[in-house]
Amino acid sequence: MSDPHARPIATAVGAGLGGLLFGAGLVISGMTMPSKVQGFLDFAGAWDPSLMFVMGGAIAVHAVAYRISLGRGAPLLGGVFRRPALTKIDLRLLAGSALFGVGWGLGGLCPGPAVVTLAGGTASALLFVGVMIASSWLTGRLLDARRARNSLESTSP
Amino acid sequence: MRAGPLPWNRGDMDAVWVWRGLAGGGLIGLSASVLWLLNGHVAGISGIVNTLAETKVRSERSWRAVFVAGLVLGGVLASAWFSDGLSAPMPSWPMAAGAGVLVGVGTRLANGCTSGHGVCGLSRFSGRSLAATLTFIGTGALTVFLLRAFGGGAS
Repeated sequence: MSDPHARPIATAVGAGLGGLLFGAGLVISGMTMPSKVQGFLDFAGAWDPSLMFVMGGAIAVHAVAYRISLGRGAPLLGGVFRRPALTKIDLRLLAGSALFGVGWGLGGLCPGPAVVTLAGGTASALLFVGVMIASSWLTGRLLDARRARNSLESTSP
Repeated sequence: MRAGPLPWNRGDMDAVWVWRGLAGGGLIGLSASVLWLLNGHVAGISGIVNTLAETKVRSERSWRAVFVAGLVLGGVLASAWFSDGLSAPMPSWPMAAGAGVLVGVGTRLANGCTSGHGVCGLSRFSGRSLAATLTFIGTGALTVFLLRAFGGGAS
């Protein structure tokens, strides 16, 4: 939950700046080109190492920023650092990652590039993003229902 | 200008992609750093998009809407110099729909994607994100292998 006292304008500016940098980075790096992604995943064939530099470059920068953040009590604009709570490597993580990988290999797009390529105006990109959001929502609902059912069963006599 | 006949460069990658990759990746890392240091949020696109689409809480929606708007605009601006970014061939409709389902379901289950796990998680040395990243790269590679072997390439 966002800190209601955090500065909303400054937060929006930070988010906007972040978005601009991210979108530009995706286009410049080739992540928005399915053929580049599939070329990177084609380890056994005509391997295109390009995306290796993308991940390397991104981690090199962000790892430094993360270390800097460890010395701070709170984000610069207030609120709290939303550290991911989950730490277990479980079946859900692995199965989900496996499915995501297949989808990424098939379409050559992951969520970020898919959203950016909406600007290209193709029906294909719109279809991908729409289906992606809907499928994710449905999955969320099913997970919620399962969690509710599990807690009901555990409290039954 | 080619990157030379190195054995690992079988795809004949142009040397320019080393720089585009590092620069683009650096910008992505910088973006995630801005979002983290300023706002304390993980730049996991699947999570940001999902929450934006589903939340009823205005403060949760606002910054994500601005972020996504920036994402698209940033891509448009960059494509003025890098025209291949938004004009690349897209998957066929059946491929786009099928891939969309797998990406949507998979990232929801995994609680992250290439940015959330691959960039942010690995930058934190998260074991969970390492497992996720190796897995999706692994099945992605297997998928492309099968496509190239039996499908003759996508789109």
